[in-house]
Amino acid sequence: MHDSFLTFRGFRYLSFAGLLMLGSVVAYFWHSPVTAPNGGTWLGYTLGTIGAVLIIWLTLFGYRKRTYNNRVGTLRGWLSAHVYLGGSLIIIATLHTGFQFGMNIHTVAYVLMMIVVLSGFFGVYAYLRYPTLMTRNRASTSRESMLEEIAELDEECIKVADRIDSKVHQMVLRSIERTRLGGGVFSQLFAHDGAKDAVEKTKEMLDKVKETNERPQTAEMPTMFAMVDFLSGAGGQESEKLRQLLDLLSRKKSLASKVAKDVQQQAMMDIWLYFHVPITFALLGALTAHIVSVFFYW
Amino acid sequence: MAEVFEIAVVGSGPAGLSAAARAAEAGVSHVLLETELHLSNTIYRYQKGKHVMAEPDILPLRSPLDFVAGPREAVLGAWDKGIAHHKTNVYHQNEVIAIEKQSDQFKLTVKGGGEIHAKSVVLSIGLQGNFRKLGTPGEDLPFVQYTLDDPDEYADETIMVIGAGDAAIENAVSLAKQNRVIIVNRRDEFARAKDANEAAILKAIEDGKVEVFYNTTIERVDAVEGAEKPGKIVLNTPDGQAEVELDRIIARLGAIPPRRFVESCGIVFPNDDPASVPEITPKYESNVEGLYIIGALAGYPLIKQAMNQGYEVVEFIKGNDVEPADEPLLRSKFQEMPGFTTVHDALVKVQNNVRLLAPITELQLREFMLDSDVRTPVPGEKIFSINDYTNTFFSIVEGQVNIVVDEETGRTISLGAGEFFGEMSLISGRRRSATAIAGQGAVLIETPRRTMNKLINSVDAVKRVIDEAFIMRVIQSRFAPDTPANKLQDIVAAATIQNYRAGDVLFEEGESGDCIHLVRVGSLTISRTIGGREVVLSYVPAGNYVGEMALLGDNTRSATAKAAIATETIQLDGEAFKQLLLREPELRLRLQAEYRQRAAANLSMEAQPEGGDVISFLVAQGVGEATDILLIDEALCVRCDNCEKACAETHNGTSRLNREAGPTYATVHVPTSCRHCEHPHCMKDCPPDAIHRAPNGEVFIADNCIGCGNCQRNCPYGVIHMSAQMPKKPGILQWLMFGRGPGPGQDPAGKKKAKGEKKAVKCDMCKGIKGGPACVRSCPTGAAIRISPEELSSYAQSLS
Repeated sequence: MHDSFLTFRGFRYLSFAGLLMLGSVVAYFWHSPVTAPNGGTWLGYTLGTIGAVLIIWLTLFGYRKRTYNNRVGTLRGWLSAHVYLGGSLIIIATLHTGFQFGMNIHTVAYVLMMIVVLSGFFGVYAYLRYPTLMTRNRASTSRESMLEEIAELDEECIKVADRIDSKVHQMVLRSIERTRLGGGVFSQLFAHDGAKDAVEKTKEMLDKVKETNERPQTAEMPTMFAMVDFLSGAGGQESEKLRQLLDLLSRKKSLASKVAKDVQQQAMMDIWLYFHVPITFALLGALTAHIVSVFFYW
Repeated sequence: MAEVFEIAVVGSGPAGLSAAARAAEAGVSHVLLETELHLSNTIYRYQKGKHVMAEPDILPLRSPLDFVAGPREAVLGAWDKGIAHHKTNVYHQNEVIAIEKQSDQFKLTVKGGGEIHAKSVVLSIGLQGNFRKLGTPGEDLPFVQYTLDDPDEYADETIMVIGAGDAAIENAVSLAKQNRVIIVNRRDEFARAKDANEAAILKAIEDGKVEVFYNTTIERVDAVEGAEKPGKIVLNTPDGQAEVELDRIIARLGAIPPRRFVESCGIVFPNDDPASVPEITPKYESNVEGLYIIGALAGYPLIKQAMNQGYEVVEFIKGNDVEPADEPLLRSKFQEMPGFTTVHDALVKVQNNVRLLAPITELQLREFMLDSDVRTPVPGEKIFSINDYTNTFFSIVEGQVNIVVDEETGRTISLGAGEFFGEMSLISGRRRSATAIAGQGAVLIETPRRTMNKLINSVDAVKRVIDEAFIMRVIQSRFAPDTPANKLQDIVAAATIQNYRAGDVLFEEGESGDCIHLVRVGSLTISRTIGGREVVLSYVPAGNYVGEMALLGDNTRSATAKAAIATETIQLDGEAFKQLLLREPELRLRLQAEYRQRAAANLSMEAQPEGGDVISFLVAQGVGEATDILLIDEALCVRCDNCEKACAETHNGTSRLNREAGPTYATVHVPTSCRHCEHPHCMKDCPPDAIHRAPNGEVFIADNCIGCGNCQRNCPYGVIHMSAQMPKKPGILQWLMFGRGPGPGQDPAGKKKAKGEKKAVKCDMCKGIKGGPACVRSCPTGAAIRISPEELSSYAQSLS
């Protein structure tokens, strides 16, 4: 019942694009111009015109997507056609160049087009890969409810820490301050959350304390050691509270990394558009310059 | 002896105000008795600036007071002015606690001991505004309130919420965001509240957001002069007396039903239904002579109706036989009827001819007719077609109507004057089961679903007649199309209507049983236990039957039938049905063929238990009562929210769906969006009757919504919200070329808050937009689809 844009109407646009590409390739090899193949032959002009029209039409997808009352086909059909016909540009435009590249505006237009198409391919990959991963990662909750739970766990942690020691309280507070989800492009893309180090290292230290009963001496993690110190020397009730705190911290950590992963996956599905769309506009500029200059120097 | 007024009006709501003003205008000695210091307490208590609507539009206003739609302040201001202008005699702070008939006059006892005498009494106390008070000293201090309009109005206060019901809990939890809140519970638990509310308050208490006193009663409330906090409350706790200084007390102790008071005046109610209203004559007189009832208490909740009645009742008391305000409207409705003379005669004719309407009063009939339409279709005209989603009810006043019971053979049965049709869709909430074609000289009354349901629920006789006809017709159409009605009497007589709640079991796998269930409202799931696990095999929507196998030989149930939602079935007795099978050998063959098909489908589902899991999941989400539901395949959804954007862009800037919210099973996600229920919960209590079902099944809210929010509260799926009209956006090219925002898909209000009156908005399935729902049409990846429950089984199979 759900029909993906890739399989739309039994691969209607894949067949269409395939025919277009096949036709171009056949024509290219069948055609033997006087000079080397280039954009100036009749086939070159034909392929160039097809390519230019395609580029303009592909750009109009952005317009179609935003005109919500538009009844020219469905958006799914448009995307299907956009993907397959956009892909066919690689063949059409490359054949149009006749493999003549140089340091000029024409090649700039070609390179920009390739970037747009390839970023689009990455988009298709992201659209195929991340939706399922995202659903699996979220496991029936929403990002909002995970964030709410994190906030609750933070509160709980502080409450428990309060009952132990001011040093531990300080440490939990710092850990909460350090937990940052989302943020800039890079921290989104690399699923960075400040919450994870704390717990992992605490656990490590705990194990070490148990094994060697030795006090680790690392300058960067004084709060952790303060806690471990405390734990090794603490009486039954305090260590119980500490364990409780560790449980809370680990739960929070796993949630925080889930949220970070969620943000990352969303970012992967969005990031390519920040190349795809602006470069499309650069491409339109370069394409205009390419066409004008070709006719100007004719 | 004190003055004897001609008319005493009790209660200064719209009805009472209008009556008193009319009496003043006409120079009749009168008094208007009001408990509060202000007039019209219910509307006075509305939230500040709330828009008051003047529905129904078609009804003219007939009152000395002005009333046009507008903000609460303007409406109240106009009334205050009108009351002053007509020099109306108002006694404030006169709460009437008893009305007693003494020979030719009434004695009204006022709280505090006063007495007022009047020849006639107009009771217009409404249904609301009788909040139960604390019942302790200080209950009327200014910082003690019994309602809460907007919890965000209060910040940094110490507020004590008294009560343990839903209202108290909701208030306490929402106030706790920016105040110190203490809740006082007379008992030791919050069991009276809804589960969600109970969980919410216990969590708030656990988190320390709300403080609580259990097993605590209130001793008194004191005002404190000059202190930081204006008040102090003294509580009797299990540990002794406690005093708390506070800014505000919000007591949510419910409303006292006025019924006890009304009955104490000698007025009789027709039945025990708490929603029932006293019976009154066309002149609004109750069974107590000289005691008149108007307004909401008489069953007329709309302001304009109530005001008109106020005017009319005074005229009636004066002895003027005024034409009711609805007379011209009814006249124009009946105009089409052949041989029309007067409205009264037409009404009499309707009642004489249509036995279904015989037991109702003339006033009820007037209102019934006001909502209904008289139709005189030419012979051969289609009244409705099979599979239409309309759900109006038709009564035949004159002439004939032919019902096409079998589309293939074109076989029809004809109905004559006095009969009715259209009850199948009315009851089941599903599509029309047959086509109706007008015959010779047909004069019909077409009644909307809500009006008909109101009648069915208030008049038992009407319900009984419709139920019997329903059973007869459903047996005829499903099992015995060729058998005349008189031969089905035995099976109809033995049939019973069974009610099930969601999750109730009709019969269990392995049980022996010999009855058939025809689902008339709701739906069922059929499941089997395989390997210790329940596997859902199919879903049975209304209009279908289960359990026939037991009558075809094998009398052990092969599967379990469970109600997916609140369900009503017609249970057909096994013996009587077997008799029918003997008489109708073809029926046996047909049932066997259907059974074989069903068994094959069940087998294929058993082979793919994941499909059954999807059905169980969807049924648990209330798909069982849906007619059309939006589903998202999360394996395809790229979370672009284009569905929401498209919805907002095609519907005045407010999206009616929330993609992310809602549960997910495997990759099937049910977003928060309207399912267009068979029996829409939102329609239940819509004062202006603004929610309708379009012929294609879309449930939509019309423009005459008054913004009361009832539908929002009644929707169990949270798909309705209140929204103001959004500002218009610049076009896409202006946005693209000149940066004029907000752009397509962006919030039209921008940073500004949307202003203006709020109305309810919900999905209308883009009715009126060609090409189908915008959410599905604008999904770039094919993740969003809409399906109807009939497609559930094939949908489940397509996933596995």
